[in-house]
Amino acid sequence: MTAEQVVFVLAAVVTLGSALGMVTTRSVFVGALWMIAVFGGVAALFILLGAGFLGIVQILVYIGAIAVLILFAIMLTPRVMGDPNAPRYNRQWPLVAVMASALASLLVALVLRTDWPLAQEGAPTITGFAVELGKGFMTTYILPFEVASVLLLVALIGAIVIAREE
Amino acid sequence: MKPYAVIGAFLVIGLLLPLMTVMAATLLSPRKPNPIKQDIYECGLKTVGETWVQFKVQYYIYALIFVVFDIEVVFLYPWAVAYNQLGLFALVEMLIFAGILLAGLLYAWRKGALSWV
Amino acid sequence: MEALDRIFIRIGEAFSTFLAQYLPAPVVTVIGMFLSAIIISTFAALTFMLLTWLERKFVGRMQDRIGPNRVGPFGLLQPIADAIKMFTKELITPAGAHKVVYNLAPILVVAPSLMIFAVIPFGRDMVAADLDVGVLYLIALSSATEVAILMAGWASRNKFSLLGAMRAVAQMLSYEVPLVLILLTLVLMAGSMRLTDLVAVQGVPFAFLQPVAFVIFIVAAAAELNRTPFDIPEAESELVAGYHTEYGGMKFGLFMMAEFIAAFGMAALVTTVFLGGWRPWLIPLPSWLWFLIKTYLVLFVFIWFRGTFPRLRIDQLQAFCWKFLVPVTLLNVIVTGVVVTFVPLVRNGEVVVRGIGGWATVTVVYFAVNVVFALVVAWLYRRPTLQAVQQIQVGQPAGRGLSREVQTA
Repeated sequence: MTAEQVVFVLAAVVTLGSALGMVTTRSVFVGALWMIAVFGGVAALFILLGAGFLGIVQILVYIGAIAVLILFAIMLTPRVMGDPNAPRYNRQWPLVAVMASALASLLVALVLRTDWPLAQEGAPTITGFAVELGKGFMTTYILPFEVASVLLLVALIGAIVIAREE
Repeated sequence: MKPYAVIGAFLVIGLLLPLMTVMAATLLSPRKPNPIKQDIYECGLKTVGETWVQFKVQYYIYALIFVVFDIEVVFLYPWAVAYNQLGLFALVEMLIFAGILLAGLLYAWRKGALSWV
Repeated sequence: MEALDRIFIRIGEAFSTFLAQYLPAPVVTVIGMFLSAIIISTFAALTFMLLTWLERKFVGRMQDRIGPNRVGPFGLLQPIADAIKMFTKELITPAGAHKVVYNLAPILVVAPSLMIFAVIPFGRDMVAADLDVGVLYLIALSSATEVAILMAGWASRNKFSLLGAMRAVAQMLSYEVPLVLILLTLVLMAGSMRLTDLVAVQGVPFAFLQPVAFVIFIVAAAAELNRTPFDIPEAESELVAGYHTEYGGMKFGLFMMAEFIAAFGMAALVTTVFLGGWRPWLIPLPSWLWFLIKTYLVLFVFIWFRGTFPRLRIDQLQAFCWKFLVPVTLLNVIVTGVVVTFVPLVRNGEVVVRGIGGWATVTVVYFAVNVVFALVVAWLYRRPTLQAVQQIQVGQPAGRGLSREVQTA
């Protein structure tokens, strides 16, 4: 086991464990905190794949902006979850369990059957990732770049229109 | 990969140092809990009502605008590092990008989304 | 002089070769990484103790009083007395607080502050992790601190804590935008996000090439650190103690530690990107000594702010950020982009400025552009500035008479 494999297993365990914690907790706030742990794990996975820039951006945008947004929303609403003494499962849980296991087995079968192309040895060390990204933005992918700014503008205007509707 | 390994080491030490400090403090500090001490502080009176903040949508709007600007910045950083290897067209393209977002900021300003009240 | 400059590197190398005799190479590397992390973190913690003393002394002198002078000569042992006090105070946990999140929050606030120092170049070739996205990494760390603050505010089950946490995070979020945009400008000039590259490009410190950005950065950094004049979230007269109201003893100490260490880290960042990092200014001294001198100079400016300015109201602070700093820094990015096209510092990854003549031209051009830019900005914002100045002269509170209304949450 190389060091990279050990770190990968660690990151994977953190990501999956936090995801599990996120869906099983009763408190919305704690669920949001588990979600932040998931984002952290995914950032570690990005870094392991050699995309350091994307890993840092994941922390910056997902944890720093989006998770904070979600936490603000949770803190601003008084009674987010209903009665904490309500039963955890409703009456349809057998049917849901069957469907969930069917979906899970389908996905697992898909994953096991696909011929994943494997990298030769470990993750590629992409030097100058951000520089290549920048050059790509300005040449081949210029249209998505500008469309992204329009998308952000639309999001901003839409958010203000909705939030200011008092 | 090596710099990230060092950052991982810093993360571990950064978590361990305060953890050990708190553990030392739990060993050295007295522990005499009583219900009055553990009461939540509200200017010396008993707490009234549930613990949540009065709904002031302005907090949420600031966070929203921040998300938009954060993503804009994420697009601008690769442009900035690649700029010295590209020509004038990169400047024009960035001007369009920043111009659109500046227009968005001005819209938010005029609509009063940036005012605290 | 060269020996003194490289003294820490020599010690590190000697230690590694010594260990390599007994242990395999990968283990030596790992031990080296953890050791550097421990040493730098301890150095940061010791600086925190020195800073508490320094701040109290300086602010005291600015307020025409002596500051701590009882404990040890000049009160130098005061931080040790404070530390002993913190360790022995009872850690009162409020009833109903979420135990895990409540206890995790102080630890998670300190960790990002310590991780700042992983990428800062302390001297020539003295950087722990030469990250190619160093600048972005530092911004991501301040984002992580915000989450920890929200955790602290929510887990305390206290209205004031929650309110204080939300205000603190709203402030930190808002002031991150101008901070990031200014760093973007500098990255544009240097052509790289690597902090060692940013130091290498500064034949002339960027403070001279971008004076407007320098001033704005210091102001925004003070706001990001929740320091006066932007310390609404922790001012005693405002929200008790904000998000750390319900924390006692060492847990409170950890919040203080996080704040001061972050201040030291931010000052180190200002030194690295604006003041030329470890590069000497005329007098030949070891590079790490110059770094420390410059960083302490910046810290003194932060402490000076604290002793001089009154506190800003939350609406003034937010308006200042979004309506002034963000448009100005965004325009600064555009203007710098234009200037860099014609007077580049770097081309294709290589510094193209040669000799004193080259640097003089560059400095004059950028400084002149900045002066013009500052005048244009002053003209664009002439009405609100004159209004505020008038109101101050008449003796009324500046800012749209809001202080007469009840301050809402």
